[in-house]
Amino acid sequence: MRWIWIDKFVEFESGRRAVSVKNVSLAEEHLHDHFPGYPVMPECLLIEAMAQTAGILVGQARNFQEKVVLAKISKAVFLDCVLPGDSLRIEARMETISPEAAGTTGRITRSEQLIAEIDLMFSHVDQNLAGKKFPKDNFVFTGLFTSLLQEIALNHTRPEPQPTESGA
Amino acid sequence: MAMSRDVIFKKVQEVLVDALGADEEEVTANATLMGDLGAESIDFLDIVFRLEKAFGMKVPREELFPVESLLNNTDLVSSGKLTEQGLAELRAKVPHTDLHEFEKNPDINKLADLFTVNAIVNYVDSHLNPA
Repeated sequence: MRWIWIDKFVEFESGRRAVSVKNVSLAEEHLHDHFPGYPVMPECLLIEAMAQTAGILVGQARNFQEKVVLAKISKAVFLDCVLPGDSLRIEARMETISPEAAGTTGRITRSEQLIAEIDLMFSHVDQNLAGKKFPKDNFVFTGLFTSLLQEIALNHTRPEPQPTESGA
Repeated sequence: MAMSRDVIFKKVQEVLVDALGADEEEVTANATLMGDLGAESIDFLDIVFRLEKAFGMKVPREELFPVESLLNNTDLVSSGKLTEQGLAELRAKVPHTDLHEFEKNPDINKLADLFTVNAIVNYVDSHLNPA
């Protein structure tokens, strides 16, 4: 994974489900062109957000030993536009995982309102059907993305904040 | 639990409509998955996953779509056709598939045509309702 399109994970149940958050900002340059005067997050980037959330869920299930590549968008339904300032909750669930591939279902919501339903399939490319050989290094899960999971790991162990005395 | 062939066909049809985005009318018994319904390699895995869910049974991909292991073996393929030994292997691997036409000219490019909707129904039927 060479670029990161989600901001953080807020829930992560290994092999079962993952929830991430993406905050949409007008500082994102593409919104100025899509569209001038009416910035809307492109739907393909909603799919990307789901692909990263679900892809990391799939990768983590095999300890990031497999090269996980998006292979198929089984379903993508969009119910509303996403605008700058929106905070998206991206929830992916693992439906099936086998040595060759994995299938996920997912929902994107904004304040409980359903924005999109996106179901995906990922290939473990080293086990793929054509028997092609890929580079030995895992070019999918590079060090970049680990910071995303670090935060959720920290959140699980971070002590509860203690109330402090206010001077007022 | 026994399940009638009609019910199996209906469920297989649903699986293929969902997995391949095909129309229900297109998914006839003799339709080929690749030629008629536009399936690509990743779709075969998708179909396997969905069949497992729909029928609550394990479906080893190599059992339902056993082409790869045949094609990678030089004893079984010669000049783009399956050898006698290759045909024998194929027969053993896909008892749920009608090979009558294919045997007349066992061109490996025609292997894709063997994967019909009926072949899947036969496979599920033979596993749910063993004779």
